[in-house]
Amino acid sequence: MNLDQALKTYIEESRELLQEIEDGLLRVEQEADTADTVNAIFRAAHTIKGSAGLFGLDYLVAFTHGVESVLDRVRDGSLGIDAELVALMLECRDHISALVEHAAEGAMTATPELDAGGQTLTTRLNVYLGKQPPATTPAAPEAVEARVEASGGGRVGCDCWHISLRFGRESLRNGMDPLSFLRYLATLGDIVSIETLTDALPAAADMDPEQCYLGYEIKFRSDADKATIEGVFEFALEDSQIHILPPRGRVADYLDMIKALPEDDLRLGEILCRVGSLTEHELQEALGAQAAGAQAEQGEATEPAPIGDILVGAGMVQPELVDAALDKQKQTREHRAQESRVVRVDADKLDRLINLVGELVIAGASTNLIAQRAGMADLLEATSTLSRLVEEVRDSALTLRMVQIGATFSRFQRVVRDVSRELGKEIQLVITGAETELDKTVVEKIGDPLMHLVRNSMDHGIEAPDARVARGKPAQGTLRLNAYHDSGSIVIEVGDDGGGLNRQRILDKAIERGIVQAGQNLSDQEICQLIFEPGFSTAAAVTNLSGRGVGMDVVRKNIEALRGTIEIDSVEGQGTTIRIRLPLTLAIIDGFLVGIGGSSFVIPLEAVAECVELSEADRAASRDRHYLNLRGEVLPFLRLREVFDVDGLPPRRENVVVVQYGKQRAGLVVDELMGEFQTVIKPLGRLFGHIRGIGGSTILGSGEVALILDVPSLVQRTSEREGRALAPPHALSVQ
Amino acid sequence: MVNVERKGDGCAVRIEGEMTIYTAADLKPALLAPLADCRELELDLAQVAEIDTAGLQLLALAKLEAARAGGDLRLINHSDAVRDVLDLCGMVGFFGDPVVIPS
Repeated sequence: MNLDQALKTYIEESRELLQEIEDGLLRVEQEADTADTVNAIFRAAHTIKGSAGLFGLDYLVAFTHGVESVLDRVRDGSLGIDAELVALMLECRDHISALVEHAAEGAMTATPELDAGGQTLTTRLNVYLGKQPPATTPAAPEAVEARVEASGGGRVGCDCWHISLRFGRESLRNGMDPLSFLRYLATLGDIVSIETLTDALPAAADMDPEQCYLGYEIKFRSDADKATIEGVFEFALEDSQIHILPPRGRVADYLDMIKALPEDDLRLGEILCRVGSLTEHELQEALGAQAAGAQAEQGEATEPAPIGDILVGAGMVQPELVDAALDKQKQTREHRAQESRVVRVDADKLDRLINLVGELVIAGASTNLIAQRAGMADLLEATSTLSRLVEEVRDSALTLRMVQIGATFSRFQRVVRDVSRELGKEIQLVITGAETELDKTVVEKIGDPLMHLVRNSMDHGIEAPDARVARGKPAQGTLRLNAYHDSGSIVIEVGDDGGGLNRQRILDKAIERGIVQAGQNLSDQEICQLIFEPGFSTAAAVTNLSGRGVGMDVVRKNIEALRGTIEIDSVEGQGTTIRIRLPLTLAIIDGFLVGIGGSSFVIPLEAVAECVELSEADRAASRDRHYLNLRGEVLPFLRLREVFDVDGLPPRRENVVVVQYGKQRAGLVVDELMGEFQTVIKPLGRLFGHIRGIGGSTILGSGEVALILDVPSLVQRTSEREGRALAPPHALSVQ
Repeated sequence: MVNVERKGDGCAVRIEGEMTIYTAADLKPALLAPLADCRELELDLAQVAEIDTAGLQLLALAKLEAARAGGDLRLINHSDAVRDVLDLCGMVGFFGDPVVIPS
């Protein structure tokens, strides 16, 4: 029973619920039948409120309650939902989110700023609650009034905690002495008064001296929060009845407690008065109302009215509070059911597991190697089973980290909505491939670059409505977010149907900024890539969204840090698609081991298309040209021996590994093909960070280090060289 | 552990050592036995070195049993340990005996 842990779970859950609320609010405007969505939003807000109550986060409860009330009116149809209300609700959602984040820092009270913000929103919400004509919903005004009363009359005046303790019979035998709890409690604050209840003591003959019969009612003054006080009794919680009522608690809570305790109600009431937690008047009011209710009921029904009804009838508690209490119980049950299906795991634990699996893979490889050297058939068989299992463990450990990209995408619904309003453009967001999975670390890091790209597309890409109409396009622009898997990488596309890139303008700008020199021969793709250069912006006007020339270069850096690449497809006048290509995982990959001279290199297996032998004819010709004929196709190739300057002469037979990246193919000439190898990626030191063509290192079974080839940059290198060979002799290459 | 001394109509009972969960099972009969034939009981707690909830509720039981039989039970010479616990639990009033607070 760890409250910190529980709070963490609550915060996590609230964030998810807030996301649901946002999604719902954005959806609700477009839907014809809003009932389901409104219900979902209401439930989410309700759950946040209910659970906040469990943690004593009163400021969260208070604010969310107002939101919930308005949602409730929408739900029962007495209030229509329009763009204005949605906007207000979105603001409220943001405020709740701020409160939740505030609570995440462990604060039990709101800051004045948060309070002020909440107040403004609450006032605006009240307009919705108040302006409803009474004729349509006769019950509503009463409810509102009752709430005002509830905050005053429904609470006790005492500013101390009230703690009621009935320890389990076996506590003494279990080594728990109630006295030690009391002593500990006294360290947290001031025990103003205490009553020891001996009512449970049986007659002498029946009394077991080793069982605990005593109960305590305590008035306790302390600044500690509920969690701390509850923590005192943490070990006793299981078989004991412990009630902790906050200062100025609701009378209803006291009544519930009185009901729950074994002693006679009236006697308990007296004790509470004696302890000083309840005044005589408060007690009489509550118990009197209860008794009166019971009498009135007796004529018609034998069942006494539930205590909640009485309190509601007496105007002490508003109906919602009682409903909320009931719902809270129900939700707790539902949550339990959900928890059994989903286990929340600390991301650190997962990372540790992945690390260990990585070590396991390396250790497995070295066992394999030894088995091969020893040449024992049965040992080889055992190690091969082992490595198959390790492979499976690796795959399932990695899938644990896989999350769908949908959640990241749907965040942009809100961004697109807000930004398009700000810019005065009509833009709709179309999401496809939301179920595509990728590594959690990648998902976390891709959010910011995507944000830049999305904003950039909206700001620079999509034209203003009248400009669009003039060009014969629909006034509403479309922004597309798409994700899919492609040969071992994940591709994320941000596309718009806007104006596209004006290549001449980019080139002019680049020359003006001195990024390239006039007369350079650049391919289309290279020109497009220029927009990722630092300090580059072609926007005529600088808005507060973009156009300041920061961002796109940061985007590229971020993507490259993830071992990804970025490419642009743009048709002028028709739109631009920016394609981000990322590796699926950052930890362990299937590699293809090749040898050159004495060194080993790993090529990511997913990039390998096929292996062919370098024919005698191609070998002879390779001194003049760096491409070969692969079944009628031109295949540029690189000799890795030359690229990495490996000593020694090439062997008599050389092999070509055909690698593919995106749409491009290239051949890598190596000495020896050594087969598949599970590769644990280890980062290279910073010293080697700038070396092109190498993406990382790994440890082989023999303990040797092998370098992992960076296929994208090698492929790019071959095409650059081809470009250079075809370009006019004075042209420089631009990377 | 428990010394019982008859004093006319009443008994003087002196408890020594600890009144805890470890001794409660033995203490209960020893404490209740004098109640059967004494109307007035005086419990001397000077030698009680340690007392916990089990001991406290035995005292409470004895007090209630004495009252039920129409007798009286008095606690005298509270040791520090006893006084501390009675204070902590707000039980001084329950027993109603004068407690001497050492200066």
